[in-house]
Amino acid sequence: MSIWEYANPKKFNETTAPLVPWLFGAACLCLVVGLVWGFFGTPDAERFESTVKIIYLHVPSAMMAINAWAMMLVASLIWLIRRHHVSALAARAAAPVGLTMTLIALLTGAIWGQPMWGTWWAWDPRLTSFLILFLFYLGYMALWEAIDDPDTAADLTSVLCMVGSVFAILSRYAVNFWNQGLHQGASLSLDAEENVADVFWVPLLVCIAGFVLLFLALVLMRTRTEIAARRIRALEARARAVEARA
Amino acid sequence: MMPDLGRYAAEVLWSYAGGLGLLAVLVGLSVRRARKVAARLAEAERRHAR
Repeated sequence: MSIWEYANPKKFNETTAPLVPWLFGAACLCLVVGLVWGFFGTPDAERFESTVKIIYLHVPSAMMAINAWAMMLVASLIWLIRRHHVSALAARAAAPVGLTMTLIALLTGAIWGQPMWGTWWAWDPRLTSFLILFLFYLGYMALWEAIDDPDTAADLTSVLCMVGSVFAILSRYAVNFWNQGLHQGASLSLDAEENVADVFWVPLLVCIAGFVLLFLALVLMRTRTEIAARRIRALEARARAVEARA
Repeated sequence: MMPDLGRYAAEVLWSYAGGLGLLAVLVGLSVRRARKVAARLAEAERRHAR
């Protein structure tokens, strides 16, 4: 068995159909447990007081904003190299999910920043690269809509995705590249000397699992929708060809 | 039981309302489009089979 079998839309649909409801269920469970635990069951932090509760939405959404673009990059490269339509459609399906995650990260970050930094927004390296990533998501989705031929659209959006990857990487590592700006370092890191305290860390991990599962569920469902939309276009084109011959 | 959010209650509640609201809109729109497209595909396949 090869992974490329799933490039066949029929095989992809057959495999993912039973997975989607389970993923949605698991995502809901993790999100409810993680958010309720984080909101009701954790104390205020010494420095941040009750605003520490915002991390349960801010950190997972920011992680998924970057990881969604990484997933789109891999899918775009598969399209460019192997010309599998399902991978191009998966990249297209992931974009609105990544866009929403970026928006949640920007929104919750701004609301948190106002009382903690004294400003809603600063032209800090990480914040700025996140804003540019948000604009890249918008541009990527607009480009798909603007081009009629789906293969040309897939080619051009794949190139745009590769260019945007610079900002996806910057939004993750900008804090390390430039030792300036307001944004603190990573809240969770395997190589950091100090992570957030355990009392916040465990519910945060549950929330991250919930966001990952929700992302998977949404991308699979939206990819199936894109495959169905492509099939409709093919059927309509065939019907028009038959009518033209008649 | 609502926890005491102190002087930052508005910020915390607005973050949760905004974040969860955006997630709900995303899921709602995705499910609605999936249903619409599935219905259109079933109709197109039925017409094509005739």
